[in-house]
Amino acid sequence: MTSGERRRSLVGLAFVSPWLLGFLVFTAYPVCASLYYSFCDYDVLSRPVWVGLLNYQDMVSDSVFWLSVRNTLLFNLIALPLGLASALTLALLLNQPVKMRGTFRAIYYLPSLVPAVAGAMVWLWILNARLGLLNQVLVGIGFSNPPQWLVDPAWTKPSLALVSLWGCGNTVVIYLAALQGVPQSLIEASMIDGASPFRRLVHVTLPAISPVIYFNLLIGIIGGLQVFTSAFIMMGGAGPERSVLFYAIYIYQNAFEYRHMGYASAMAWVLCMLILVLTLLASQISKRFVHYQGE
Amino acid sequence: MMSKTSKLLVYALLLAGAAVFILPFAWMVITALKPVDQALTQPGAWLPRKFEAQVGGHFKEVRTSGVITEPSLWIRQAGARNPVVVREATVWDGAWNPAAGASVPIEVIKRVPASSGQPWVEISSLDGSATDIIRASEMRTHVSFRWENFPRAIASMRHFWRYLANTLLLCVLNVCGTVLSSAMVAYGFSRLEWRGREGLFGLLLVTMMIPFPVVMVPLYSLFRSLGMVGTLQPLWIGSFFANAFNVFILRQFFRTIPKDLSEAARIDGCGEFRIFWQIILPLCTPALIVVGLFTFLGAWNDYLGPLIYLTDERDFTLALGLDAMKSSESGATEWPYLMAASTLVILPVVALFFFAQRKFVEGIALTGIKG
Repeated sequence: MTSGERRRSLVGLAFVSPWLLGFLVFTAYPVCASLYYSFCDYDVLSRPVWVGLLNYQDMVSDSVFWLSVRNTLLFNLIALPLGLASALTLALLLNQPVKMRGTFRAIYYLPSLVPAVAGAMVWLWILNARLGLLNQVLVGIGFSNPPQWLVDPAWTKPSLALVSLWGCGNTVVIYLAALQGVPQSLIEASMIDGASPFRRLVHVTLPAISPVIYFNLLIGIIGGLQVFTSAFIMMGGAGPERSVLFYAIYIYQNAFEYRHMGYASAMAWVLCMLILVLTLLASQISKRFVHYQGE
Repeated sequence: MMSKTSKLLVYALLLAGAAVFILPFAWMVITALKPVDQALTQPGAWLPRKFEAQVGGHFKEVRTSGVITEPSLWIRQAGARNPVVVREATVWDGAWNPAAGASVPIEVIKRVPASSGQPWVEISSLDGSATDIIRASEMRTHVSFRWENFPRAIASMRHFWRYLANTLLLCVLNVCGTVLSSAMVAYGFSRLEWRGREGLFGLLLVTMMIPFPVVMVPLYSLFRSLGMVGTLQPLWIGSFFANAFNVFILRQFFRTIPKDLSEAARIDGCGEFRIFWQIILPLCTPALIVVGLFTFLGAWNDYLGPLIYLTDERDFTLALGLDAMKSSESGATEWPYLMAASTLVILPVVALFFFAQRKFVEGIALTGIKG
């Protein structure tokens, strides 16, 4: 290395040093420590005690663990397709030549900015079985026996999916930006070829924005597996019959309520692996459906 | 081009969607402006009302606790303090059969010949000391908003002003820390050529994939051993060490600025830090504002962080305080106060959004597409 190169390296390192330091202290060390704790019995108050694979073995036989896995997957099976499809529909509507597009976009986007706690309070009130607005409306239009949204274990996951749907505006804006980036030449060519609007959507528009659909799907999976706040606040933890005991909530309970920090760390690593596997799976599947321009 | 019908359909769907997205806000604000009893007794009523009944010749505000639409009696059971309303059919021979079996002697105070056409209303004075039953038509009612719910919500949150101060402090520290450190790091990753840059940047990208629960426990035990649990410190210190996601966004932006600009400054003998501080940063203000906005919102909205690190009720943030307010009300939740408090927590976010709407949309598009 010449002295000029060394100097440049030093200057570069100096500029990135805040991140480098933060990486070592707030990422690298915690990741290693977490991996170590996952093989330990650890309650924060005393030193961790090595127990080998015990935490991971416990997980296999812990029925509550499996319940949390099931709850999380079931919830995402409802919430993820619902959210992605609704957001895409709204974005497609907004992409039409309509007046007041900015106003509509603002209205759809705003709820996604609302603090989770405040949003949870509002939805607690709306979904209240006896006094809530939703059931008042349902009774008003003739449903004599509306669902007990937050009380009936069968309805708690759909309720939370509804709450998360309210926050899909973020995704709408991303889709809309992608739709506006679809080359006009493609649309015009398909029009000249006489494609119907539906065929145009399926064969031109959707393939053109498929990288963004894929991006939203990935973000949705990663976030969905870590769903925590609204369930934790609205249901005070696990909900009726532990129906919304999600994976992240069970990690939190193990770490900060039962002080099983080792077990919580082991669960976190399994989550990490799960996310990795699902992401790889999605990227494999995406190869068949995602079209990148210029390829 | 679009036909008339399909255009109409698009507008109808957009409007319906907009109505659904706005409704929760509207219902929150309307509930926040209702008297507590009306939220419970007439939950479906759209607007808060003030009810007044004639007492001794002039109208006085009263509370309504129920509407009677079939012939009833207003009775007092022997030995009971408060009178109750029962259906006329359940009373015979001067006794009332409340449950199957035992019949209880009663004193009839008032006959209520109500019908669905002419309902009667059970009313009480505002302090609850006196009750009466009168014809609904004798009451006067008009729409009236209870603005005093807001100060009462603030009072019932106990440390509201402290929570606000804590939250604002965290927002300011996080915004300053994130913007300064992320910009500096992004500069190092975009405008300087040095060996190892790409490798380290790859590492930075990888760190974005690590889910928070993985580092949650060690971070907690780290801050605990530093004696910082129970203080605000764990909630802002990290922001001064650059956030990978923001570095990524800013780097994308920094790269769009022509290299010649830096070269010219270098030839003029300008130091690297001065180029960063006086030339590149001012040019990147739009991107910095986007990062600042989202950081502010992140700090304002954060729940899990404060939940983990704050232990004393007096140190809470608004998000935790609001949650505590819900939990502390055992049994009957006073929804109007809870909604008033929620409105107060949401209001700054809404204001910020309308103030900087374009920035938000640009920011989202930037992170979504380029990401």
